[in-house]
Amino acid sequence: MTGLFILIVYFALFFGAAAAVALIRRSMVSITDFRSLKTVTFGDESAVMPDRFASIISVVVVFLVWGAFTGSKLVPFHVPGPFLGTTAFVYEVEAPDGSQGSATVNIVVHEMGADIEEPAPGTSEGFAQGDSASVAAWRSVLISAQRNDGEGAKIVAVEGKPISPGGTVDVPDGSVTMTSKGSLNFTPDKGLQMEAIWMPPPEAVVARLIEISRNGYQNVGLLEHVGWSLWRVLAGFVLGSLIGIPLGYAMGLSGWARGWFDPIVEFMRPVPPLALIPLVIIWFGIGEQGKIVLLFLAALWVMIIAARAGVSGVNITKVHAAYSLGASKWQMLRHVIVPNSLPEIFTGARVAMGVCWGTVVAAELVAAEKGAGKMIVAASKFQSTDIVIMGIVIIGLIGFGIDILMRKAEEWLVPWKGKS
Amino acid sequence: MAFLSIENLSMRFDLPKGGHVQALQDVSLDIGKGELLSVLGPSGCGKSTLLNILAGFLAQTSGQVTLNGKPVNGPGPERGMVFQKGALFEWMTVRRNVEFGPRMKGVPETERNTVVENLLDTVGLHSFKDKAVYELSGGMQQRVALARCLANDPDVILMDEPLGALDALTREKMQGLVLNLWKKTGKTIILITHSVDEALLLGERLLVMAPRPGRIHREYRLPFAERAAGADLRSVKDDPAFGQTKAEILEMIWEMEEQIMSGAEA
Ligand SMILES: Nc1ncnc2c1ncn2[C@@H]1O[C@H](COP(=O)(O)OP(=O)(O)OP(=O)(O)O)[C@@H](O)[C@H]1O
Ligand SMILES: [Mg+2]
Repeated sequence: MTGLFILIVYFALFFGAAAAVALIRRSMVSITDFRSLKTVTFGDESAVMPDRFASIISVVVVFLVWGAFTGSKLVPFHVPGPFLGTTAFVYEVEAPDGSQGSATVNIVVHEMGADIEEPAPGTSEGFAQGDSASVAAWRSVLISAQRNDGEGAKIVAVEGKPISPGGTVDVPDGSVTMTSKGSLNFTPDKGLQMEAIWMPPPEAVVARLIEISRNGYQNVGLLEHVGWSLWRVLAGFVLGSLIGIPLGYAMGLSGWARGWFDPIVEFMRPVPPLALIPLVIIWFGIGEQGKIVLLFLAALWVMIIAARAGVSGVNITKVHAAYSLGASKWQMLRHVIVPNSLPEIFTGARVAMGVCWGTVVAAELVAAEKGAGKMIVAASKFQSTDIVIMGIVIIGLIGFGIDILMRKAEEWLVPWKGKS
Repeated sequence: MAFLSIENLSMRFDLPKGGHVQALQDVSLDIGKGELLSVLGPSGCGKSTLLNILAGFLAQTSGQVTLNGKPVNGPGPERGMVFQKGALFEWMTVRRNVEFGPRMKGVPETERNTVVENLLDTVGLHSFKDKAVYELSGGMQQRVALARCLANDPDVILMDEPLGALDALTREKMQGLVLNLWKKTGKTIILITHSVDEALLLGERLLVMAPRPGRIHREYRLPFAERAAGADLRSVKDDPAFGQTKAEILEMIWEMEEQIMSGAEA
């Protein structure tokens, strides 16, 4: 229910912001880059530039929606939260002899963990006696209101509306359901906000981040958790490249090697690395060795295929040209084949790093002592949603950071990519 | 014995689905040192095949090619090649491309530098020597390819449509450059082209090939290259003899094309 509402709000913001920005832009100077010269832009992919304004608003919106639906103090507006304060409802009760009475139940709805006084019992008419109860927001409370109304008394209506076991009646600030034994279960209005154990507000996550980066989680520092994950990825990726790239070259340069390794590579390529976790655990245990072997395998096939494609992709005229200029086979490899394959290898390396990073987190979820994945799976066992979300954000940011670094390295090391 | 001799050269491609293409049949030709030979012919008559065999990229089915008395069987630095395009190494600068041959041979750097400086001066790319090749225009790239070939000091320069991808104006300038380089260096050059003008202008000797099977149809000795070197190319083209030969060759090629068409229909 809340989820659907969030989705609707989100899309409303998407279109609303687009309209607002378009309106503001129209009133400002017109755009004067080369795109404005094109008459056909819809369908021309090259005319689609990411609107940086939209990106900024998008990130802001995520935080606003997050804050608004979690009652964050950082966000000035919120969707209606759960009811807090005092409320009351009236019930009617019938004695076995048929006489009727009614009484009021006074209720305090308080924040979770707050220390409060029970309210005074409500007023009553006839033989019925008033009752009182207290309940935390988002929880419900069982009120045996008929207990103190004499032997055999049965509640017949709440707030003037008849009720029977299993039935529900809306009352001010909440609802009342009758249990099969005839007691009343009061649930205060929940509003649209989410409870912190499902979705903590942003500041709680930030607070956790600060706390954990200072004190660590389960005696292991945050940097140590993340560092272990990164180290595993790096070790697996480097090993996978060291073996995979020469193998890929061999497959690109020799028919025998191509024929020999093709069945293995083509078979292993579609097996998701995660599916290898059980086997790797059986063979190597849950220690470092197992994880590095797993990441090695995750990187290996990607790098083999990238190197093979890099060699196969060499333009035959370049090979001919180099031979006509007197290059030996070894010089051909070193000065033509290898540099020509670098763009492909970089593309492969980016993919491999992404796969490795995803795989390491998943492997740590299954079994690890330390690591980013280990941290969030341990936190989830204690319902520490704030740590889980913090961990996911960190994992996402690191994955993003790795990709940016790889792209920078690519621009720097293979500037000729896509230029031939 | 001739400098470069081609004896009874035949090339037959067996097609994977059965059948074959006789790309060359019994081609014999002697080329003297320092000759500039241009080759014309309808598409598919085996010009590239002939050049690729000379370069050593293809092995002929029968016949023999000898250069300086040594049989050709494989590529080698004494036969340089200038391709239509795509043969420069994008990962190297202009200078690195040009010095590739000498570097592979192990020529010391200072010596290489002199060669590179000279050649880049000759082709007019001195100020571009540290640029990446993909930053150059198509015409500039072909000049780099030419310089790279010359840097290796080959005995024979083979060119397959070297100017085919250039616009008319750049092409004309490049024709002048090729002529001047030929005059200056005295290299033996074999040039394949689709342009009759170019073949007449640059060919001291001109070969017209015919298809199915690929063979030499007619040979000309022409005075134009000698005259055009260092002179205005257009004035040479205005020569009535130039126009006459051009018309004759065009007629010849048209006839062959027509035969190909009717052969294809039959
Ligand atoms: N690798 C090959 N396999 C099969 N047939 C080939 C192969 N290379 C060339 N041929 C055939 O040999 C014939 C001659 O080809 P070639 O490329 O030498 O022609 P060309 O005269 O250079 O033509 P163009 O002027 O179009 O470049 C053609 O019929 C072609 O189809
Ligand atoms: Mg050709």
